[in-house]
Amino acid sequence: MSMILGVPVAVLSGQLLIGIINGAFYALLSLGLAVIFGLLKIINFAHGAMYMLGAMATVIMFDMLGLNYWVALFVAPVLVGVFGMLIEYFLLRRISGQDHIYSLLLTFGAALMIQGVLTNIYGVSGLRYAMPDAFKGGMNLGFMFLPYYRAWVIAIALVVCFGTWFMIEKTKLGAYLRAGTEDAQLMQGFGINVPLLVSLTYGFGVMLAAFAGVLAAPIYSVTPVMGSHILIVVFAVVVIGGMGSIAGAIVTGILMGIIEGLTKTFYPPASSAVIFLVMVVVLMFRPTGLFGKEA
Amino acid sequence: MSRGPDKEYEQLRVSGLHAFYGESHILHGIDLVVHRGELITLLGRNGAGRSTTLKAIMNMVGRRTGSIMINGEETMACAPHHIARLGVGYCPEHRGIFSALNVQENLTLPPVVRSGGMSLEEIYTMFPNLYERRFSQGTKLSGGEQQMLAMARILRTGANMLLLDEITEGLAPVIVEKLGEVLIKLKEKGLTIVLVEQNFHFAAPLADRHYVMEHGQIVEEISADELDAKQSMLNDYLGV
Repeated sequence: MSMILGVPVAVLSGQLLIGIINGAFYALLSLGLAVIFGLLKIINFAHGAMYMLGAMATVIMFDMLGLNYWVALFVAPVLVGVFGMLIEYFLLRRISGQDHIYSLLLTFGAALMIQGVLTNIYGVSGLRYAMPDAFKGGMNLGFMFLPYYRAWVIAIALVVCFGTWFMIEKTKLGAYLRAGTEDAQLMQGFGINVPLLVSLTYGFGVMLAAFAGVLAAPIYSVTPVMGSHILIVVFAVVVIGGMGSIAGAIVTGILMGIIEGLTKTFYPPASSAVIFLVMVVVLMFRPTGLFGKEA
Repeated sequence: MSRGPDKEYEQLRVSGLHAFYGESHILHGIDLVVHRGELITLLGRNGAGRSTTLKAIMNMVGRRTGSIMINGEETMACAPHHIARLGVGYCPEHRGIFSALNVQENLTLPPVVRSGGMSLEEIYTMFPNLYERRFSQGTKLSGGEQQMLAMARILRTGANMLLLDEITEGLAPVIVEKLGEVLIKLKEKGLTIVLVEQNFHFAAPLADRHYVMEHGQIVEEISADELDAKQSMLNDYLGV
């Protein structure tokens, strides 16, 4: 068997694949956080809960209504997006313009409540969600085995990330978002309905999280606490990439997944800490993050 | 549509306007009237409340009391985006060019609020520099070009009342001259203009009337034909 640095190629590429998959989730989640932070200047601590709601909704809709994966892929993000817009309209809007810490505490509190209610009902042991039939099996690439579902997750995550980047950087709606990020008040003075734009942006950001949740349902353990686990890592990713940079969030997410995967191969004990180590180093040399604008 | 000032039509009437930033009371009962097609200026020293008056009209300050009628409609309860849609174009003192947008994106950002605005071609004819640099980042332009962009941006929307805050500030004389030509053209088109201006020599030949502000109040109203007679009083107010 061929080896690289004393590690079998199959093991290395397997860990690399897991790294890219995790990176795809980090990218989707940090992208939503970056979009929300850009316009609302809110550090959305409810983001993990929205990811969890996407996954839970997928399982619950299947168990109770028999709705399959493909339906969930559209319906769950929309439901969570609407839920997010209600939170924005009834809660976040009331504290807009206040210090960051208020929205941080509010979203953190909302996340704890959502998580608490669902834990009460479903417990924390994890719900089972069967792999959709279309994705059973995989293909042998010669040097490794690639499960179809993992290939799908990478592909669709990249498509959604690129689509979001394109929408923000290249379209009129995106120009509103970019301009609103700089000076929302002036935008409103031009006749743009900024409060509506804010609601839609928050809804879209949490939709991305819920979409990631649906993708996660067949491969990760679906529990009410799954969001709080991943959120800490995603925040580290956002800090590394730099708050508010769209392309930065995507690239950093995938990169950090890969670094995590490689660490798992070469020095497993450090794998859960490596992202935080990178964060510390980046903060020391570039406090605004790899892609952040100099303050 | 009539050209030139239409004394019958009140495009803007501000009465008893007070404005506050937090605890500070900035405007102390402003009264002013602007007729369609008029160009009026708000003169005064820094901190007299001229910029705040424009912002208050746009509902961009903290708290306001009093009355602001635009085209006969009370706007004190209107959100800023509704005020723009009454045909008001606002050019802020800091120009507000967006660095994340290129020149053309900046130019086409404000939505069209009324018909009759200038087309992109007309704007590029009026400001050829902007055409040449249309794909440059907005904030990479020179100060003068940024000011042209900030003006051009609200001409495309069809706004028929422009609130212009210190548009000549910090610009070279040749650019100031160009801005003067632009304002004359806009007056000919029948636009109503409220100009906050430090540069009295720029404003004097353009304006129909001047309001002089001090300590958040209007202390004097001077029409263009009274200027010579009241020059020395005006100098006292402006500290020139």
